[in-house]
Amino acid sequence: MLNIKGIWKSFGGLMALRHISVDVKEGDIKALIGPNGAGKTTLLNIISGIYQPDKGEVFFLGRNISNLPSTKIARKGISRTFQHVELFGNMTVLENIMVGRYVKTKAGFFSSGLKMPYVMKEEKEIQRKSEEILEYINLAQRNDELASNLPIGEQRILEIGRALATEPRLLLLDEPAAGLNIRETRNLGEIIRKIRKELRITIVLVEHDMELVMRISDSITVLNFGEVIAEGTPLEVQKNREVIVAYLGEEEEIQRGYNAHT
Amino acid sequence: MKKGDSLVFFIFIFLIGLLPVLSGSTYIMTVGVFAGINALVAIGLCILMGYAGQISLGQAGFYGIGAYVSAVLSLHFGLPVVVSLILAMVVAAMVAVILAVPALRLKGHYLAVATLGFGEIIYIILNEWGPGGPSGFGDIPHFSLLGYTITSTTGYFYLIWGLVAVVMIFSLNLIHSRTGRALRAIHDSELASNAMGLDVVELKIKVFILSAVYASLAGGLYAHYITFISPSSFSLFYSILVLMMVIVGGITNLWGAIIGAVVITVLPELLRRFEEFDVLVYGLILTLSLMFFRKGLVPILVEKIKKLRGLAVVKH
Ligand SMILES: Nc1ncnc2c1ncn2[C@@H]1O[C@H](COP(=O)(O)OP(=O)(O)O)[C@@H](O)[C@H]1O
Ligand SMILES: [Mg+2]
Repeated sequence: MLNIKGIWKSFGGLMALRHISVDVKEGDIKALIGPNGAGKTTLLNIISGIYQPDKGEVFFLGRNISNLPSTKIARKGISRTFQHVELFGNMTVLENIMVGRYVKTKAGFFSSGLKMPYVMKEEKEIQRKSEEILEYINLAQRNDELASNLPIGEQRILEIGRALATEPRLLLLDEPAAGLNIRETRNLGEIIRKIRKELRITIVLVEHDMELVMRISDSITVLNFGEVIAEGTPLEVQKNREVIVAYLGEEEEIQRGYNAHT
Repeated sequence: MKKGDSLVFFIFIFLIGLLPVLSGSTYIMTVGVFAGINALVAIGLCILMGYAGQISLGQAGFYGIGAYVSAVLSLHFGLPVVVSLILAMVVAAMVAVILAVPALRLKGHYLAVATLGFGEIIYIILNEWGPGGPSGFGDIPHFSLLGYTITSTTGYFYLIWGLVAVVMIFSLNLIHSRTGRALRAIHDSELASNAMGLDVVELKIKVFILSAVYASLAGGLYAHYITFISPSSFSLFYSILVLMMVIVGGITNLWGAIIGAVVITVLPELLRRFEEFDVLVYGLILTLSLMFFRKGLVPILVEKIKKLRGLAVVKH
């Protein structure tokens, strides 16, 4: 359903993506992994229209969406979460989800101000649907709290809920397990699976937690320095030499950085 | 409107109705009229700044457009006052679009400077090309509707506060709707708003138009009430004054705009007794209130009430 064809993207002199091609099958959970700085977030930003590619195209359900702004892409059925959580911090948990219903509703400036009957009906519907979504992601008891007051684990789940409220066909998750403990990560894994199975939403998952990735994804694409270095099922990728080297390389880096600090 | 708003609204209407009965003194009514005019401008700025997170230092420009267009149309073209007022709002809305399309791509300080520049341009235009130039013009017809003309200050008091009530209902409905949530969302995160499919640019332009229309309505009413206008009423000083009203009242609460407008309008009157020191005391009060009531009067009051209620619940 999503076909990424030969994407290039650079920031100044830095080549963030070089000739990336990835295909995501409808109904799959596709994981996108790779060391920090590999270009995963940049790729999600290009799919969701936050960045425009320098070269190459993105096709969604057969349509070329590479030059559409993010607003339009969201309306076409691609929703997402952010690596650095981007909730509406001064709004309540419920209101955050209600904003997600925006694309599925119509009330305009005037009709809202005049409180036309259809607006009130729609508003009730938004509320009902949003509460339903909060139940679905087990956050109903947080309803009235300010989004910014939630612990990070719940903020990440709420971000997923807000994305679900737009009724997407494709959901892009950028490191949803970052900052979560083991129990929360398991719960997250269950929610992601449930979304795919019950709501039939295709998922692109950027994640560092290999346990989670290996457990829930159908197919994995590995990026390193802006290039695809491997692709396949979790088993295939785990055995791939280049992947092991890329990750070991990073681990050594981390180790060195750690030693330098101590 | 929400439940809490309905109660406050009832009290609000009650007070408006009561004040002229309690004290029909022309002086108090005059101050009341100005407070109401200012409240209209402040409500618009409050939605723009407190809810949508866009700053404007040029509201005096729209206020001036409203006053001049409505005055000229009714005086020189003989149009009925109501028609002039409506056309003035249309003109202000069009000017707002022209300004908003380039300006709202700007953020923070740049938007502040752009709107400030706009206000100054309108001010210069009124001085150079407005009827009467810097000294302005008079004989502007009074407000009239269906053959009934309002001339008394008490009449204007009811008219203007009635309109404040209407504008308030519309605005409260708006901010508690799909659109209002979208405006607040844009304020919190434009990135996420875009990703959720909100038409960010369109919403910003629309809310900017709304604030311009409210300001121009206020300007028009001002012109027909006072029947004489000159550019000095529409300078940067007025934009800053409205900003003060919104901030003192509490930018995150629409009722704050009304309270702020009343406080900032009434305060200089109360300070008359300090004679030449009045400006000094005025400045001091504003500075202190900004230091100690940073959130603004209404939000602080709401917090206090919530706390008291919490205590009451605990005691039971
Ligand atoms: N907006 C930007 N401006 C400049 N450089 C960027 C920007 N976004 C990403 N980069 C750079 O692109 C590279 C890939 O970053 P990113 O996509 O965030 O990697 P990942 O998500 O895989 O960790 C990094 O070197 C990063 O510094
Ligand atoms: Mg990243």
